[in-house]
Amino acid sequence: MTTRYMSDHRLNYLEQLEAESIHIFREARAQFERPALLFSGGKDSITMVHLARKAFAPSAIPFPLVHIDTGHNFPEALEFRDALVKKTGATLIVRKVEDTIRERKLTEPKGKIPSRNWLQAYTLLDTIEELKFDCCIGGARRDEEKARAKERIFSVRDEFGQWNPKLQRPELWNIYNGRIHQGENVRVFPISNWTELDVWNYILNEKIKLPSIYYAHEREVMVHEGQLVAISEFIQPAADDIVLTKKVRYRTVGDMTCTAAVESEAASTEEVIREIMTTRISERGETRIDDKVTEAAMEDRKKNGYF
Amino acid sequence: MELLRFITAGSVDDGKSTLIGRLLFDSKNILADQMEALERSTKNRADGSVDLALLTDGLRAEREQGITIDVAYRYFTTPKRKFIIADAPGHVQYTRNMITGASNANLIIILIDARQGVVEQTRRHSIIASLLKIPHVVVAVNKMDLVNYSQDVFHDIVIEYSEIAKQLGFGDVAYIPISALNGDNVVDRSPVMDWYDGRSLLQHLEDIEVGSDAGLNHPRFQVQFVIRPQTEDLHDYRGYAGKVISGVYKKGDKVRVLPQEIDTTISSIEVSGKEVDEAFAGQAVVFQLADDIDISRGDSIVKTDSLPKVSKEFDVLLCWLDDKSLISGNKYLLQHNSRLVRVMIKQLNYKLDVNTLQHREMNDEVRLNEIVAATIRSISPLVYDSFSGLSANGNAILIDETSNNTVAAVMIQ
Repeated sequence: MTTRYMSDHRLNYLEQLEAESIHIFREARAQFERPALLFSGGKDSITMVHLARKAFAPSAIPFPLVHIDTGHNFPEALEFRDALVKKTGATLIVRKVEDTIRERKLTEPKGKIPSRNWLQAYTLLDTIEELKFDCCIGGARRDEEKARAKERIFSVRDEFGQWNPKLQRPELWNIYNGRIHQGENVRVFPISNWTELDVWNYILNEKIKLPSIYYAHEREVMVHEGQLVAISEFIQPAADDIVLTKKVRYRTVGDMTCTAAVESEAASTEEVIREIMTTRISERGETRIDDKVTEAAMEDRKKNGYF
Repeated sequence: MELLRFITAGSVDDGKSTLIGRLLFDSKNILADQMEALERSTKNRADGSVDLALLTDGLRAEREQGITIDVAYRYFTTPKRKFIIADAPGHVQYTRNMITGASNANLIIILIDARQGVVEQTRRHSIIASLLKIPHVVVAVNKMDLVNYSQDVFHDIVIEYSEIAKQLGFGDVAYIPISALNGDNVVDRSPVMDWYDGRSLLQHLEDIEVGSDAGLNHPRFQVQFVIRPQTEDLHDYRGYAGKVISGVYKKGDKVRVLPQEIDTTISSIEVSGKEVDEAFAGQAVVFQLADDIDISRGDSIVKTDSLPKVSKEFDVLLCWLDDKSLISGNKYLLQHNSRLVRVMIKQLNYKLDVNTLQHREMNDEVRLNEIVAATIRSISPLVYDSFSGLSANGNAILIDETSNNTVAAVMIQ
């Protein structure tokens, strides 16, 4: 994608999005003492690492990758993470939700699908405090969810990690104000303006590699409230559950307990894009088991310091 | 495929959220589960209809009050373009959110209720659009269904708004009669308004020329971050990372570093870690220079055949965005792209009446949503262009050092 635009001096939409993201990455690095890149192992995180490398080349990525680990990982995603860290020479910091649960005597989530997803907020806030991060760069996108659609690119959090939607700073032009008081920190979202399809098209153009679970593969699943949930050491079927072997892929790779699979035949990035373009179900709706609880679920979690 | 960023503005109940919902719905950008959520929250409505406005009214606080309290960003794609919509609320007290949303827009849709015609908010939003130099304006006359799709009503509003457009010097204004509720002329041309022979709103958004909005004439670049790998093989590497604000830079170009006033040559240009021969407006790049000069974040690299202004004193238009008033003589931080300088409001010159564009006499206070002309003094020089000439190098924000809030939008004159 380097030669086409040279003649007419115009950027296509993906090049514009990429340039905007790189600009935001550089602002985050320049404005803060101790930034960190929050890394979940999903395709958005992997795309973020790709953008961060571009932003600071020929330097290595000038901040650590931080993985808040729920312990309910897809093994494929963990392997991929470690290989990526090795390849890029980035620093990886892992903090486990399990340890937070033990140290803070929190109650493990119960139920058939015991998601630790919302407990990540505790571990994240502890990690921010422990390592004195003043800026956490994340791969959230505004198209994912209604509450995210309203969040700024530089989003100030108070000392409890909370987001106050009514007290957001105006964010004008491409000027980002990252000034904060002691104890506050800023979440920075470089791919705010990307959609799921933009990310996939970028992955295609840039030939970015992803964990194998993003492509169609056979897996044992059960049907839970209309969604396909993988059988694993964390989720076991009850006697009356129907367990099937299906060809599936994942659209997000949050955590085995809160990420559902979709039936798919898509073995390549092109095929995934084709499937997405014809699908009628949005990304979070299809695969996030934890969002359906209440309509304002995300708004509540964000206010409480969730990523 | 290109990107078009636009903003929708109108007063309360003009049907902005319904319009955006309609655009998403008719262009098939609403997905099944979003639709299902919509139907769930619409169940309690007496007439059982689906309320498209609920697609954009995201926060619970908004649903409780039935209003939009902040800028929301929406995305949709047609085979021709990717669109980013900033949905700005119509309430007077949230003008600052409109400014936030409008600052990056290539186009503004100004919604007018066909029954009301041009109202105070219409003027206010139009004036803000002109202050922010939004290049393209669409006047969407909504709720045509409630005035029997009358051509006369539409025509009268066009005449009335044309006066405002003329006064504000808008170059490109399109008028489209629509009904967001029924979908007339939003995505598809309406069969009930056969007297209208223009394009539908979406056709207009798809076809409008946006590429030339970014300037290629005046090379402007500001250093965001200095890249120094300090590894063994890149021991002496010193790259200046930043975005090309406007113009074109080539390898070998003679350049001037400002405000230092030192001349040098571009020895290499890199984009995403790969060396290229030239870079142009909008690209995120890294320059290396032939000479070893002390350059840091916020310094400018320009070409001598088109120099920006360099000054410690400049006139600005300020749009005040904070609940706490501006007080003449106060000190603030001014952020111009990545350059941060301490400034003092030396003098308040006049207040701009956003309903009439008239200049009003100043007192010593500027309150939320007011726009004033002021003279600012800075401790170190600013390298800038006038906002009207080259907006990307003529905009800035003011930050209150004690609250850290962004308190004003600044357009340098």
